[in-house]
Amino acid sequence: MAEPILEIAGLVKRFGGLTATDHLSLDVRPGEIHALIGPNGAGKSTLIGQLVGEIAPDAGTVRFLGQDVTRASVPARVKMGLGRSFQIVQLLDEETALANVALAVQAHAGHSFRFWRRADRDERLLAPARALLDQVDFPEPRRAARVADMSAGERKVLELAMVLAGAPRLLLLDEPMAGLGASESIRMTDTLRALKGGPAMLLVEHDMDAVFALADRITVLVYGRAIATGTAAEIRANPAVQEAYLAEEGA
Amino acid sequence: MREKIALAILFAAAVALPFLMRALDLPGGTGVATSILCLAFAASSLNLIIGHGGMISFGHAAYYGIGAYTVGILWEHFRQQEPIFGLIPGTDQLLITLPAAMLMAGLAAAVIGALSLRTSGVQFIMITLAFAQMLFFLFVGLKAYGGDDGMTIRRRNAVPGLDLRDIDQLYWLVLGVLCAWLFLQWRIVGSRFGRVLEGIRQNERRMRAIGISPYPYKLAAFVIAGMGAGAAGALMANYMRFVSPDIMSWQKSGEIMVVVILGGIGTLLGPVLGAIALQGLEFFLGGLTEHWAIILGPILVVVVLFGRGGIMALVNRLLGVRRG
Repeated sequence: MAEPILEIAGLVKRFGGLTATDHLSLDVRPGEIHALIGPNGAGKSTLIGQLVGEIAPDAGTVRFLGQDVTRASVPARVKMGLGRSFQIVQLLDEETALANVALAVQAHAGHSFRFWRRADRDERLLAPARALLDQVDFPEPRRAARVADMSAGERKVLELAMVLAGAPRLLLLDEPMAGLGASESIRMTDTLRALKGGPAMLLVEHDMDAVFALADRITVLVYGRAIATGTAAEIRANPAVQEAYLAEEGA
Repeated sequence: MREKIALAILFAAAVALPFLMRALDLPGGTGVATSILCLAFAASSLNLIIGHGGMISFGHAAYYGIGAYTVGILWEHFRQQEPIFGLIPGTDQLLITLPAAMLMAGLAAAVIGALSLRTSGVQFIMITLAFAQMLFFLFVGLKAYGGDDGMTIRRRNAVPGLDLRDIDQLYWLVLGVLCAWLFLQWRIVGSRFGRVLEGIRQNERRMRAIGISPYPYKLAAFVIAGMGAGAAGALMANYMRFVSPDIMSWQKSGEIMVVVILGGIGTLLGPVLGAIALQGLEFFLGGLTEHWAIILGPILVVVVLFGRGGIMALVNRLLGVRRG
């Protein structure tokens, strides 16, 4: 088996008396889409926070590309090839779609201590930015629109283009379907499927259709613990999962 | 296009101002205009960090004051022919004092910024204010340089080919340096560095997620802004031929910030228009009543509450320019 892209071992995070992450271990393999599901309050967002570097775990290790990054900063992890999307999209609201992606391209291109040449006409930034917007199917006429004037769906897609600008080895996708309409969800599912084979993905998602359509493996998180990991079929058949999660969804 | 024409007219008017003042028989006018340009200079530098970097520094007068004191202290040692600490000779050459003022202000900004930028929000406002107050009281206590009485600079700095005792020449020099600074700042704002700074202002979390650590960029901008204020202070000291701790008081920091807000945060010429408007209002209202501040205060409140974008937004509306 190839060495995992991401390896989490014995991760613990407590908030006062609440154990949000409880001795959690899981891995993401190259090229794989690994979905993380679980009821509200299962600790999915806390886990993402620790993987990204926004929350420091109390115990355990996070290894990314074979290196221990448990204490590494967010920008350091991003530079190593970790890309993340936010549950609530984080964009530069006063800028256009193209300017947002161009800035992400610029960040990936090296340091930005360049004070003289105009950046907004720099084809070395704009050309890759346009290519990324093409890749995620961001509609041409909307590229000059400001983020503040965009729909929720457009923002989600735009954020994905920004993440891809960092040439990530691993994508942490925090509910990419949240806030999307039915047709937008299907398009996002297609977009993510088209990325398959490129970066590995850890997908946190409530939309079960999307999860079952995309995921190679699924881990079910309940009270900060992984109660099961397996293929879609295995997870569907798992009685503990049904009790903890799927039954509740169906009710 | 309209923007460019308006800019050209503004520049031509600024260059012609000393002639106009003489024609109108207002001998003090050019001097007042010089001090307005110095204030505009300091405000422009503050605008770089407030308007483009989102760093609300409430201690910007500290760097303005350090620039002014650099000129004053170098003059004092030049006058007494006695090197500073027995090492650094004094000088009255602007080509040395101006870069020296920028260097000293930049160093102060580097130290203060390195510490202050570990905080954000209200804490940052307070800590920049606290550092500025520390410097204020340091200069109050420096009896060798006049303490709270300040010090007189008997003669303006010398510049080869110019005679700064002629107020018109000083005015044109200040105008030239200010234009050079504004051009530089315009390039910086449009550069890759400027894009990052703008991104940090809008969403720091997003910037981290694309792999950018905000801290070094914020610090660099803070130092550049400090250097600009230092240059402005050096020119102001030359105009006034006097320096006292008042130039780095918190009131002065507030005044500089008011100029930025009044003129239009994050716009290139806003601080210049803001400085003209503020000094103009003070002058006009001061002619009406000695309690002019009671009228000026509410005007500023109204501008802050309802005039989003300050004077610059108004000008753009008049010119029919849409901000893209």
